[in-house]
Amino acid sequence: NSTVAIITRSLHSLCSILGELKFRPKLNISTSMVLKYYSMVEIGDQKYTLLGDKLWLLLKFERVVSHGKFRLPPRLRSPDLKILGGGFHLGSLVMIMEDTEAPHHMLLLRTFMSQGLVHNQPVLYASPSKNPRAFLGTLPATLVSKDVKSIKSEAEQKDLRIAWQYKKYLEENKPPIDERDGKVEYCNDFDLRKPIEKHLIAGNRVECVSLLDCSSLAGIRDSCSKFLSQLPRYDGNITNAGRIAIQSFCAPQCEYYDKEWDMLSFIRSIKSKVRSSNAVAFLTFPASLLSTSVSKRWQHLADTLLSVKAIPDEDKELATLLTGYQDMLGLLSIHKAARFNTQVPVILDATTYSMKLQKRRSLVLECLNQAPVDGSGGSSGGCSSSSNTGALDF
Amino acid sequence: MNRPATLLDDALTLDDDEPIQKGRLILVEDCVETSGAFVLHHLIKRFLSSSDNIILFVAFSHPFSHYDRILRKMGCNLAAQRENKRLLFFDMLMLECPADLAFVFNLWMIDDGVEGGLIALYGNIYKAVEVNSSNKNITVMIDDISLLEVAANGSTKDVLNFMHYCHTLTTQFGCTIITVLHEDIYSSGDEFTFPLQMEYLADITIKTEPLITGLAADVHGQLTILDKGTIGRSGSMKGKIHNFRYKIKENNRLF
Repeated sequence: NSTVAIITRSLHSLCSILGELKFRPKLNISTSMVLKYYSMVEIGDQKYTLLGDKLWLLLKFERVVSHGKFRLPPRLRSPDLKILGGGFHLGSLVMIMEDTEAPHHMLLLRTFMSQGLVHNQPVLYASPSKNPRAFLGTLPATLVSKDVKSIKSEAEQKDLRIAWQYKKYLEENKPPIDERDGKVEYCNDFDLRKPIEKHLIAGNRVECVSLLDCSSLAGIRDSCSKFLSQLPRYDGNITNAGRIAIQSFCAPQCEYYDKEWDMLSFIRSIKSKVRSSNAVAFLTFPASLLSTSVSKRWQHLADTLLSVKAIPDEDKELATLLTGYQDMLGLLSIHKAARFNTQVPVILDATTYSMKLQKRRSLVLECLNQAPVDGSGGSSGGCSSSSNTGALDF
Repeated sequence: MNRPATLLDDALTLDDDEPIQKGRLILVEDCVETSGAFVLHHLIKRFLSSSDNIILFVAFSHPFSHYDRILRKMGCNLAAQRENKRLLFFDMLMLECPADLAFVFNLWMIDDGVEGGLIALYGNIYKAVEVNSSNKNITVMIDDISLLEVAANGSTKDVLNFMHYCHTLTTQFGCTIITVLHEDIYSSGDEFTFPLQMEYLADITIKTEPLITGLAADVHGQLTILDKGTIGRSGSMKGKIHNFRYKIKENNRLF
């Protein structure tokens, strides 16, 4: 199910668009979209309408291009759209379901690790290769000459602040941490063509573990425990947050690959340990290599669950539905967003993003507008480039 | 205290006079898209609102602070209840049978493997229920049994035995058991026997699932409640099915 929001100034244009859509075989329009149009209110000389629970400004609709590409006016995007609500919670377990046909999860993993290194945060990296340290050379460097202070960094700090405010409630007498926030700016833009500065990965700054050495997972378990024990939750220092990055955890070349319950047990234990530490754990896994029921168990364990999917080259139908199709590497979907200390689920504005490389250098995530319509009627949301790296905010 | 006119309470026939379902086993089934945890939180608040009730909470998925924060927003202070011994909290997050169980419960002698671990856990639950049930209503909540399976290293048979033993507590002490199960894990083949067995044991099954049209900001999902019914005065069984949509808020649920 995906959503397309169609805002028009006149019912006539709306009907003509719907008429066009009917010719698309996969799309299944619900008439609720038409009904919603009628709840319109005029304030001054502007018209607003209610869609879902948001008030949208009605702008003049840009004419539908003849073969069906939709382009929404950029200003329609809700100005405070935050992918995943602004970052990854400290203490959360983020899991990414890989697509075995494409390595796009590596882009996310690399950015996650680079961001940690650039900000002097300890990183633990585990992968199913004989020499995981070699991977460090492929981490991207920061994008220079851009203004590092993006809007997102404020949101990121706000998110950390929120996480820390829970700590405040628990402790009851910690000083407010506002004075810290101003000093921490998170770099979100990375240049994928430039490797990271050598001094950042020199020596033992990054702890590397090879999953091939672990026949019983005891090795990785111990490494993680030791790593996390140095980052206790009530440390009071945000910059001491650590990152654990585990790549392709259930890769078939690992000896423990067929020990389903051992793997589950490991994930469960790392989840609890990370929960009580100043760290975020990032774990990617090829979900299709697990049985459905085991995969579901893993998905339940994740605090935040994402999946990446490759976009087939030369898919003519997709090309007509998505603008900028040729530049797209893949799709990023958000299945679950972490919600700590609250029972209200996070319902995101959008759950599917396209991954693109801008100028072959930086990873850009653009929202594909979502609505209860079958098929992927998408348009590139007009996110400004600095806010595009939203999902890479930690 | 006002009676909150929530559909959920009505469906479970909870009211101020009898805020608890004595001697029944309630199973909450959920999936990745819609978590059933909010049902548990609602019931915790409901039961603790009467001073005759005690809750024994066996937690496998979240630490105490998580529940404390959530219930606080709903107007219930779990920390205080724990001090007053109205809430007994077993934190099983780091538990892995068999070794850890011995550590958690200060046992120096342990039987073989998983079975021993679960027996020990049951023993502690039994003791707690026995001690507290004489003058109060006690409810045992387990969050959740899919994780109990992981802690038991996949030994579903032992977990089922454990649940059967817990079920005997409902008849012996009139205590209520409430547990959460992730239904979408058991979609195929022999694995499906586990939820089937649990549904058989349960008197009331509460299932949360997303709407067919997917998630939306104003409706978080739908609840289906199957109440197998109690023996009526004439000895006949009356079952009931309720279905409604819900939206979860910080301090309330809107049905």
